[in-house]
Order: sequence, then C-alpha cells, then structure tokens
Amino acid sequence: MLKVSNLEVSYGAIKAIKDISFEVKDGQIATLIGANGAGKTTTLRTISGLNRVSSGHIFFKDTNITNMEPHRIVNLGISHVPEGRRIFATLTVMENLELAAWTIKDKNVKSERYDLVFSIFPRLKERFKQLAGTLSGGEQQMLSVARALMTGGSLMLLDEPSMGLSPILVDEIFDVIQKINKQGTTILLVEQNARKALEVADYAYVLEVGTIALQGSARELKEDQRVKEAYLGA
Amino acid sequence: MGEIFNLQQLINGIQLGSIYALISLGYTMVYGIVRLINFAHGDFYMVGAYAAYFIVNFALARHVNIPVVFVFAASMGASALIAMAANRIAYRPLRYKPRLSALITALGVSMFLEYFFSALPFIGPSFRSFPELITQRIFTIGNIKISNYAIVDVAVSAVLMIFLTYLVRRTKVGMAMRAVSQDKDAARLMGINIESIITITFLIGGAFAGAAGILAGITYPRIYPYMGILPGIKAFTAAVLGGIGNIPGAMLGSYIMGISETFATAYNSLLGEGIAFAILIIVLLFRPQGLLGEVTAEKV
Ligand SMILES: Nc1ncnc2c1ncn2[C@@H]1O[C@H](COP(=O)(O)OP(=O)(O)O)[C@@H](O)[C@H]1O
Ligand SMILES: [Mg+2]
Repeated sequence: MLKVSNLEVSYGAIKAIKDISFEVKDGQIATLIGANGAGKTTTLRTISGLNRVSSGHIFFKDTNITNMEPHRIVNLGISHVPEGRRIFATLTVMENLELAAWTIKDKNVKSERYDLVFSIFPRLKERFKQLAGTLSGGEQQMLSVARALMTGGSLMLLDEPSMGLSPILVDEIFDVIQKINKQGTTILLVEQNARKALEVADYAYVLEVGTIALQGSARELKEDQRVKEAYLGA
Repeated sequence: MGEIFNLQQLINGIQLGSIYALISLGYTMVYGIVRLINFAHGDFYMVGAYAAYFIVNFALARHVNIPVVFVFAASMGASALIAMAANRIAYRPLRYKPRLSALITALGVSMFLEYFFSALPFIGPSFRSFPELITQRIFTIGNIKISNYAIVDVAVSAVLMIFLTYLVRRTKVGMAMRAVSQDKDAARLMGINIESIITITFLIGGAFAGAAGILAGITYPRIYPYMGILPGIKAFTAAVLGGIGNIPGAMLGSYIMGISETFATAYNSLLGEGIAFAILIIVLLFRPQGLLGEVTAEKV
C-alpha cells in the first residue's frame, strides 16, 4: 500500500533521514519505533507532503506521491494524526470534524463517516458544540484521531498518539487504533511507547538517527535482545 | 471645548472610521492568515478609487446612466484583482522564506503601484477630482447636519462588515480561514488547499479596500496615486489597536481611530494628522496585543 524507497530528508544542511526504505502492506498495522530525535515525525510529515523529499521516492497504491501537495495526498487517501494533536482549539468539536470532512462532496458518504466516528468516539458527540480547546487532553487526542478518520483515508499515519496520556487512556487509544484497523484502515504507527506499539503491530521498523537499524515482524522484534535493551527497558 | 466635543464631530468620526474599517479589515485578515503586514494594502484602496473614477467618467462621456451598485462592484473587483495578483506574483513565492523578505516585498509592491500609476499617462501624479457619483444632500436635525454621504459610508461599511462576520463565523470557507490562521499544517492535513484559502483572503481584503476607495472618492472627492499611504497607515494602526489578526478588533480600532482623528482635527489640524502615530506608539508600549487581541507566543 505504501512504499518508501531510499528516502532522504534534510533540514537545511542537516540530514534528518538518511536513505531509508520501508513498506506498509495493505491491512497491516506497521510501527516505526525509535528514540526522541530519530526522525519518526520527519518521516510521517514527508509522507504527507508537509516536508520536502531531498531524494528517493514515496509510492502510495502505485501513485508516486513524492513531493506532492499535502491536500492532494489527503485526497488520495492518506490521513495523518499529527504529533501533539494539533486540533483547532478555538473551533468547536463540530467545526473540527466539518473541516476534516472538507473534501467529501457526497452527503451520504459524509453522514456515514459521522456515524463511524461517533460509534468509535461516543464522547465527541456529547461534546459536539464545545470549543475543542476546552476538551481534556485525552478527548483532544480522540478528536485528533476522529478528524483523521473523518478525512477517510485508507492509510492512517499516527504520530505518538499515546504521548502525554494516562495509562488508562493509553490503553483506550490503542484499542481505538486496533478497531480502526479492523474496519479496514491500514495503519502506520509512530511510537516511543515501543512495548505497546509492538503489542498491536504486525510489522515493525526501528529508526535510529535517521536510518532503519532493524526490522521484522512485531513478534520477532519483541523478543530481540537489542530491542529489549534499548526500547523495552529490560 | 463644547465646540469640539459635540455630536456633529462624533458623526463625522464614525463616518471616517467606517472607511478606515474597510481598509483595516484587509490588513488584519491577511495578517491573520499569512502573518504578513501587507504594506501595499493602502494602494489597493487607491486602485478602487481610480477604477470608479474611470468607469463613471466613461459613462458620463457617453451619457450613459450607470447604476451605482455596478460602480461599486467594478471598484471592488479591480482592487480584489490587484490584491490577488500581488499575492500570486510577489508574496506566494516567498511563503516559506524568512518573513522579512515578504515584508520588504510588500513595500516594493506598494511603491510599484504608486509610481506605476503616477507614470501612466492617463493617470499621472497629480490630483484629479472624483466625479459626482451620488448627488449630495444635507439633512439638518436641530443643529446637526448629516450628509447622505455619511449615511452611505456608514451603511456600506456596516453591510460589508456584517457580510464578513457571517462569512467567517458561519460558512465553510470562513471556518477554513479560521483553521488556516491557527495551524496551517493541521489545515493541510484536513485536505484543505491553503493557497486557495489565502487567495480568497486577498480577494475579500482587496474588495473591501476597493469599496473604501470609492467611498473615499465620493466623500473626499480628490484622488491621486499616493492617496493610499496615510489612510493605509491609519487603518493599519487601527488594526494594531484592535489586535492585529482580530476582525472585531479591526472594526473597533477603526471607529476609535476615526473618532479621535476627527476630534483632534477639530482642535488642531496638525494634531489630527499626528494622532494615529501617537495611538500606535501608546498601544505598542502599553498593550502590544491590542484591545481585543490575545497574548500569543510567536511560533517558530
Ligand atoms: N523543523 C526542524 N528544523 C530543523 N531540524 C529539525 C526540525 N524538525 C526536526 N528536526 C531535527 O530532525 C531530527 C529528527 O526529528 P524528528 O523527526 O522530530 O524526530 P522524532 O519524531 O523521532 O523525535 C532531529 O535531530 C531534530 O532535531
Ligand atoms: Mg516526533
């Protein structure tokens, strides 16, 4: 579904991503784990078109999306839950979702999408008229995921959705991710919480200072000695 | 003092403030969306005045009766086109470059429009008298005189401001404008083409400046290529006073600016010209975020 080959991304003179290649298969949950500053966010932002590719290619379902405009990439079917939630704080919950429905022309599709969002996030329905900035941290994260779901991509990128959440909410958000995956959305999950990520993922990549150090099925990597020492605190 | 602080001056001040408000809104909207102080904005207002000037004279020369509404539409359209062209040609290529580049470019666009219009043989640098588009009538109520021009200025401005408030608060495009002004990347991830939202912002800001230009032409019927400089600065000051980026703030700031200028001018005409700068300095010293603005940490 997503194929990244020999990708390089720079911030000025600094190369943040150095020649990485990976792929996400249809229906999978793939995860990209790594320490702070490894380049996880940069990778996701580049897939979505928010950062420029210096060299290499990104293919989504056989379409070359390298350096395409972000709104066109969303239209092709990639949704992105950005790091730090990035909800529109002075807009209501409804307005946040309406914006996410920006590209949907068909009224029926839109109401189906709303039904799906509210079946997964019933609390957002109760908070519909409230300003998004007044939601709790957990609810804001749910809104951020709900927004991405609303855009209706067949691939969803999630950037540290568990960041800053209490353990109960972390479990909740991982449940939500699995639910979304079961309903047919392919997932690329970026996490610092490697333990949780490896639990839900099918396949995993370990990113270390801009390069892929390890990869394998999530089951294998969970048992890998290097992963255990560096990321699972064992 | 009774002669200076009277109802007549207040009415004149609101009238002037209505014109400033239409200019000020363009400054504040563009700043809100792209964080650019568009110094050429006062010149869009000048373009609106000239567009009306040529259309009305063209019609007069041919003895055609031209509907006032049509003249307004043409002026607003001309200014909107210039504003969108400035955005497309000058500002958009610098969107992700250091902010100072765009600021200096805005000064360049401003000077270009002023000198280019002065250099055009059919415009020239000198004053021209604006044709009488609407016949003036004066209504006297007690010892207060109200001209129909004042009514037109206040009413046109109010109608456009109500339209804008509706657009921003209640429509999908308005929602997108608010989203883009808050977080461009997040807006992009919603599938919004932010360049089209920016274009719409320049369109509306330009059209409003064009309306202000034609109102100014009707009310103070002398136009020239540099006519946008001072009202531009005053409207910018009004936007800063209200809180730059804040739409109701620009409206409030403009009325305050128009009223203080009128009262100050009644006292001493030099004071009237200087009051805008005095207000700007006082605001920047004591309330840099403006009356309705919020303190925000500038994002890097
Ligand atoms: N906007 C930026 N400008 C310059 N350097 C950046 C920027 N964003 C990230 N970086 C650098 O790129 C590297 C990767 O960052 P990032 O992708 O945010 O990592 P992660 O998400 O894995 O924590 C880091 O060294 C970081 O300092
Ligand atoms: Mg990150």
